[in-house]
Amino acid sequence: MCYTLNRMVQYAHQSRLATSFAALSDATRRGVLEQLGRGDASITDLASRFHMSLTGMKKHVAVLEQAGLVTTEKVGRVRTCTLGLHRLDEETAWIQRYRQNWDARFEALDKVVEELKRKARVDGRKSRK
Amino acid sequence: MKNRTIVERRSDREVVVTRTFDAPAYLVFEAWSRPELFKQWWVPQSLGTTLQSCEMDVRTGGTYRLSFGEGMDFFGRYIEVSPPSRIVWTNEESGENGSVTTVTFEDKGDQTLLVMSEVYPSKEAFEAAGGAENATVETFAQLDELLVTLGPSVTRS
Repeated sequence: MCYTLNRMVQYAHQSRLATSFAALSDATRRGVLEQLGRGDASITDLASRFHMSLTGMKKHVAVLEQAGLVTTEKVGRVRTCTLGLHRLDEETAWIQRYRQNWDARFEALDKVVEELKRKARVDGRKSRK
Repeated sequence: MKNRTIVERRSDREVVVTRTFDAPAYLVFEAWSRPELFKQWWVPQSLGTTLQSCEMDVRTGGTYRLSFGEGMDFFGRYIEVSPPSRIVWTNEESGENGSVTTVTFEDKGDQTLLVMSEVYPSKEAFEAAGGAENATVETFAQLDELLVTLGPSVTRS
């Protein structure tokens, strides 16, 4: 009932997508991505911004890096994190499409419900079976 | 003012959609559970493909079958129906990879908070469905335009 119109289509980046979604399921990691969207940051920066230990932040960044959502580079003693833009776009696009589909349906549902409301008013709430 | 549709991934096999409607829950439930109303919004009339048939026996243990013709059917079972607040159904057209959908209608007085959750049996099944979705993007992209023209002409049941 929910969009499996073409069940035979295989998605080329299945496992990649799964890793990315798992990475995105955590609120802190989503916050880190948002932060990196505004500009590169070191792990130390991120740890203090999210009130977290260095070790804790390293773990989050490692998950994001494994999913390809973030790339890191160590220069001297500082490891700088950069957003892996391409991969994030892929994720966003998936969610965006899903949202658009349901948004369109719900707009149509709005109209049906509006009509029911009008009818209920006219019928003095006799309209239910 | 249009209400926002929010989509969230809760895990690698669950997606949750949230939306508010400006009507009491029993009306939104009605639009979801009566086939003649359901088909008006689930596949808006002016979309090229219309449902050839829409059979829905919306009660616990009941079944449904939506048919587009040419063997394109969506079908499953209602696992739980509690008017006017909750419907749970299976999506069996994909066999064992089918998801279970739960929709709840929370009454907020003049408004209803609708929460729809789709849970797949595995992350692989989820991704397969996501991949298939890609194929339908263009079809549904047209929907926004069509809905504008649908406007006030929504027919009464």
